[in-house]
Amino acid sequence: MSVRVSELEILRYDPEQDEAPHFQTYTVPCHDDWRVLDAINYVKDELDRTLTYRWSCQMAVCGSCGMAVNGEPVLACQTFVRDYPQKIRIEPLQNFPVERDLVVVMDDFIDKLESVKPYLVPKEEKEVDDGEYLQTPAQLAHFKQYTACINCLLCYSACPQYALTESFVGPAALALAHRYNLDSRDVGRRVREDVVACNSGIWECSFVGACSDVCPKSVDPAAAIQQTKIASTGDYFMKVLMPWKRK
Amino acid sequence: MSRRPYIREPSRMGWWLKQSRYMRYMMREISALFIGIYVLVLIVGLFQLSNGEAAYEAFLATAEGPVGSTFAVFAFAFAIYHSYTWFQVTPKAMPLTLAGKRVPGAIIIAAHWFGFVLISAALWLLAGR
Amino acid sequence: MPHSNKPIIWGLFAVGGTLAAFIVPALILVTCFAIPLGLLPIDVLAYERLIDLMRHALSKLVTFGVLILIMWHAAHRMRITAHDLGIRNDTLIMFVCYGIAAAATLLALAALLRI
Repeated sequence: MSVRVSELEILRYDPEQDEAPHFQTYTVPCHDDWRVLDAINYVKDELDRTLTYRWSCQMAVCGSCGMAVNGEPVLACQTFVRDYPQKIRIEPLQNFPVERDLVVVMDDFIDKLESVKPYLVPKEEKEVDDGEYLQTPAQLAHFKQYTACINCLLCYSACPQYALTESFVGPAALALAHRYNLDSRDVGRRVREDVVACNSGIWECSFVGACSDVCPKSVDPAAAIQQTKIASTGDYFMKVLMPWKRK
Repeated sequence: MSRRPYIREPSRMGWWLKQSRYMRYMMREISALFIGIYVLVLIVGLFQLSNGEAAYEAFLATAEGPVGSTFAVFAFAFAIYHSYTWFQVTPKAMPLTLAGKRVPGAIIIAAHWFGFVLISAALWLLAGR
Repeated sequence: MPHSNKPIIWGLFAVGGTLAAFIVPALILVTCFAIPLGLLPIDVLAYERLIDLMRHALSKLVTFGVLILIMWHAAHRMRITAHDLGIRNDTLIMFVCYGIAAAATLLALAALLRI
């Protein structure tokens, strides 16, 4: 296996010592099959113990290792060094405050995720003894795509509307709301409306589509939001034209 | 240990220059400007039509001048780009499921282009009568 | 948070955009290129022809509907673009964009009523 020498330009920030973030360059001998995560692990193990970053599963299911590689939000465990030139710039995900080095503050996203009520709101509460909620394969297929989100935040990083407007609920949260709205076992669309259908919800989105481009799990949050816009517009006109129909 | 998160401000005006996907988005948005101006010119033309033959001929002369003609070329290009991007996103906004299977986006897009050709041909034939 | 009133604008935006996508390219060809390039056998923009065509109530209705919807689509997109370009005063932009569209609507109405 051949070894190529890569130069990793990594953004460093120590909140206790630094006024502002700055780049630090590390020379890393990379194997041909290394991902960026492997190279960063090498830096931490061999060159600089102080480097701080999130990672876990190494297989693109935990969503921890999101970072901007040459300006593009990616999962470091899925991004191969061999696909890049010798110099690789690594920064924390855009549009989030930097906690330390490559670690971002996720609190805003977590708040927004909670606000869309990402859980089943069933028609009637069922006791466990009463049995399962039944669902056909076709009903599952209807929303399955949107269950794949791993909360990696790449979509928020790519979204220019989230960059420009802090209050935007954002792609992943709205896609998850859509996942529950489409679920046949759920009747929670009305209660989610407060967050989803307000000006900071779906209506902040201008369908740039970058979120779906960068999503590692093909969730397609852009599609979810557009479908919600159509559904919401329908709801709105129903409310105006036939107000007695709403429960 | 003290926390002092650092906030990196995005470029408010120039963010779209940083990546080609954002530039394509901005081109798509700008297409509406050209389409809007074109429609505005059409409306002005209608108004001059209502003002009599002299006013209308004067309008035509200006609209078909060098500025108008150059604008028309750009407007046409942007109009096609608008059609292209609009059809491209339609399957995402309105996914179609037939007989239990999701219809591939490419088919929906192709159907739109087919409709586009039909409607354009109809307009052309109507105009030529 | 209060429910947005954006659905009205967005509904108009979506219809206008669809109309624009299907109609505008051919419309530009007919109105701007057919004559100079000699693509059609007759003068499509001749005064008498257009006046005769526009006198019908149906022509007026269709023309008004199509042009106004496309106009509003463009106005809304321009509002969004202003925001994208960093202009933060959305209220001002709203007045400018929708104001121009409203003025165009009135102009079209006046024109078609006079024909």
